[in-house]
Amino acid sequence: MQSIQEIQDEIIEEFAMFEDWEERYQYMIDLGKNLPLIENQFKTEDNIIKGCQSKVWVHAEMNEDILSFSADSDAIITKGIIAILIRAFSNQHPKNIIEANTDFIDKVGLKEHLSPTRANGLVSMIKQLKMYAIAYQTQIK
Amino acid sequence: MLDINKIRKDFPILQRKVNGKPLVYFDNAATSQTPQQVIDVIVDYYSNYNANIHRGVHTLSQEATDKYEAARNTIQKHFNAKHSYEIILTAGTTESINLVASGFASILKKEDEIIVSALEHHSNIVPWQMLCEKTGAILKVIPMNQEGELEMDSYTELLSDKTKLVFVNHISNALGTINPIELIIEQAHNVGAAVLIDGAQACPHVKPDVQALDVDFYVTSAHKICGPTGVGMLYGKEEWLTKLPPYQGGGEMIDQVSFEKTTYAGLPHKFEAGTPNICGGIAFGAALDYMNAIGFDKIANYENELLAYGTKRLLEIEGLKIYGTSKNKTSVISFNLQGIHPYDVGTLLDKMGIAVRTGHHCAQPIMTFYNIPGTVRASFAFYNTKEEIDALIEGVKKAKMMLS
Repeated sequence: MQSIQEIQDEIIEEFAMFEDWEERYQYMIDLGKNLPLIENQFKTEDNIIKGCQSKVWVHAEMNEDILSFSADSDAIITKGIIAILIRAFSNQHPKNIIEANTDFIDKVGLKEHLSPTRANGLVSMIKQLKMYAIAYQTQIK
Repeated sequence: MLDINKIRKDFPILQRKVNGKPLVYFDNAATSQTPQQVIDVIVDYYSNYNANIHRGVHTLSQEATDKYEAARNTIQKHFNAKHSYEIILTAGTTESINLVASGFASILKKEDEIIVSALEHHSNIVPWQMLCEKTGAILKVIPMNQEGELEMDSYTELLSDKTKLVFVNHISNALGTINPIELIIEQAHNVGAAVLIDGAQACPHVKPDVQALDVDFYVTSAHKICGPTGVGMLYGKEEWLTKLPPYQGGGEMIDQVSFEKTTYAGLPHKFEAGTPNICGGIAFGAALDYMNAIGFDKIANYENELLAYGTKRLLEIEGLKIYGTSKNKTSVISFNLQGIHPYDVGTLLDKMGIAVRTGHHCAQPIMTFYNIPGTVRASFAFYNTKEEIDALIEGVKKAKMMLS
């Protein structure tokens, strides 16, 4: 299993190839379009990360101490961001998710999404993933 | 005709680049930009006569008081209020509305009715809901049609002798619709109800005459009219302002204070507790002077030209739908691209240096009516140009291509 750090380094390397914002955003849009859809039963009010711009649903599931995420959004760029986050954090032990640092966001040129005005941006999503990890961590004996 | 090149030179921010591109600022309905003439007044205040007002005997305090009260007079003249003490300087539209709502808490009784419109900003919905919870009064809503206009027949039906208050915005922030407030006020008065008009979106485009309108309360913010944020006004008829209890207790709003009893100051100070936004108030007056020097008729004509041009050009884009299609509207265009979330469009436009607003514009009931998560809103001011609209069109086309 690749570590979160290794995956993040890989993502940083991929983004380094883009020459301008258009390529970077086109890539995220494509990631968003290709993100596997969340099962409809999980698109519930409870799973919504509340904000004022786009809707984001996140669902978490644990199998044999490995936590996996699925998610969806009604905005495609947001979905692209989710795809990147899922790639970095899904299918990991909760402890690794809790401890993972998130400075790769800065390095892939998505820092603008960290601004608090992007209410459904990266900050609340990362926080939600970590919250799930903390919750599931308590279930591990 | 407006000399646009000259006007644009008044606004230093318009020279800025955003993400490497010349800024195209189309978020004027959220806040307008500030001309150098107003910036100079702000700098002058802090450089030369910053002092607390109304109480100091020293020169600076007297100068600041004179300028602050002169600004109140400018505002009075601009809105044609009968007396300058009918102009209460507040922190902005939202505070003005809350001041009135809070005052009516002691006047309304259970089962009294208050009417708002379906086109309201949250700031003209929530304070009334809170007031209803407190008093047991009932909130009624004037519905809207597909064009984004109020259903005036329904309004007439909602009015009765139970109606005590009517609250409507002069112009809708989300759609730009100009509401028929003359008729709304007249009909409300026929049943003995008071009317508050939220003029936050109207004041950048028109010059309201509160006496001709015979409106009971009119509220607005300076930052929509080339002034600074954090300051605005409440116009209230003298009889109403006298009737309403003070909003906040504190310094400045008192006449005599003892632990047994306090008597309140007269208007306008009764509603202006504490040290006000002195510099903001003075700059508010300067902003009105600036806009009046250009002329509201010229501003409105030019903005209508921009609206017509922007509407025509946007509709050339296939799959683009405009929300708010009343013939009676200001230079605000709310739109969506078919199958594309407004947030995505706004994010990509920002990368191209174009500032628009996306989301529900604090008017969720309107978005629910159209069954959409929000819109992209481009709002034009008198310092915008057709060339900038062309840049928006190219930007929207590019966003559409990237997102489809």
